[in-house]
Amino acid sequence: MSVMRHDTPVIDYEAIVIGASAGAIASLTQLLPPLAPDYPLPILVTVHVPPDYPNSIPALLQSKCRVTVKEAEDKEPIHPGTVYFAPPDYHLLVEKDRSLSLSNEEPVSFARPSIDVLFESAADVYGKTLLALVLSGANHDGAQGSCSVIDAGGTVLVQEPDSAAARLMPESTLAACPEAIAMSLPAINKVLAGRGPGES
Amino acid sequence: MTPDTTAKTEDIELRLFLEAMYSQYHYDFRGYSKASLKRRLLLACERMGYPTLSALQGQLLHDDSMLPQLLSYLTVQVSDMFRDPGYFRAIREQVIPHLKTYPSLKVWVAGCSSGEELYSLAILFREEGLEEKTMFYATDINAAALAKAEAGVYDLQRIALFTKNHRQSGGSGSLSEYYNAAYGAARFDKTLRRRTVFSDHSLASDSVFAEVHLVSCRNVLIYFDRPLQDRAVGLFKDALVRKGFLGIGARESLRFNAHVNSFGDFLPTERIYQKRSDA
Repeated sequence: MSVMRHDTPVIDYEAIVIGASAGAIASLTQLLPPLAPDYPLPILVTVHVPPDYPNSIPALLQSKCRVTVKEAEDKEPIHPGTVYFAPPDYHLLVEKDRSLSLSNEEPVSFARPSIDVLFESAADVYGKTLLALVLSGANHDGAQGSCSVIDAGGTVLVQEPDSAAARLMPESTLAACPEAIAMSLPAINKVLAGRGPGES
Repeated sequence: MTPDTTAKTEDIELRLFLEAMYSQYHYDFRGYSKASLKRRLLLACERMGYPTLSALQGQLLHDDSMLPQLLSYLTVQVSDMFRDPGYFRAIREQVIPHLKTYPSLKVWVAGCSSGEELYSLAILFREEGLEEKTMFYATDINAAALAKAEAGVYDLQRIALFTKNHRQSGGSGSLSEYYNAAYGAARFDKTLRRRTVFSDHSLASDSVFAEVHLVSCRNVLIYFDRPLQDRAVGLFKDALVRKGFLGIGARESLRFNAHVNSFGDFLPTERIYQKRSDA
């Protein structure tokens, strides 16, 4: 049983990973725009998007955010203050040298990109300095990856199912992974801003 | 064991496994991207019933019959014919007019896997009237995949997607002209590979074998770390004639590559590059 670390100052983490599916845009639009342009951590995001269309989410969020928002490129070095999205039809993974890589291997739980694949590789690299967020979504992807994050000593926060447009993804993660902590989006905002959930 | 030591042990095992594979069988995966490789090898352990990579390595060293099965985990074989139709449309409309000016042509499909990219190009070259003066080289490290490529037989269920892609790539005829359907499989016309040499070739350890006018190598480089990507693109550079063309995957880039200055952006949106005349 790992210690609940959701009041750990965000600066003690090295990276944040986010997984979402149906309802992703509404949740991300609440979480990402408040972040300062010099935000100290990188944020890696996998959202399920259809394989054969350009992904409009990064451009949409860039217009609302002060941090840099972009689609991840293969072998790109990971920089703080930047949000990297998995491109459609590719898994996004983290390498030990803190660069990104893409993979075209089979879909996992019918998903490519897969949240589990991102979370597992990030857990392997960042260990206890990883903060993972599971947001709105209508399938089970992310549940197994969240367990890997916890097993490696990291922290998993889950959007409260009642506040999510689609509750299955947060619920599945909470069910699979008892150490994951359900939180409202405003409470997650506070964690990301570097304040504990009890402070204002 | 703490989570940190478990992860560290797995990394040691991964490094030793790749060394064993190389020393015993001369397959060099040491320069592959580790995150995805580790994931696939741990999956192999789980499915083949080995508790650790060390256990799998012990068996592999003494039993070469495991090799084909393991190679199918180590190499990713996911492709479709005319995948990313925009790429093939760009080859057809932008690259072919340049290639038509040569008296004879050589095309290298590097990392051809089970052959989808090769047949796509062979059909495209036939449709554009270049087939008779073109020689294709289709290379891969995985013998089982090469055998599939040489057979040219694909599950009939995949044909709907191939047909849609072919049409979107600007295909002049119907894809059905190029295969016969029987018993749930589509068998592609063997005359399509009449001018193809299938060969075992490793971008990690072999050298250049021919001078070519077009290299198509899609979704192979993403499995390589940066030094191995540099090696592979260096081979493409050395194989290509001056002003020859290099096409890579939709999400691959030469941006971080040591040889980026040897190539010009021919069509960056479709990841088609042209070797500089002074490179």
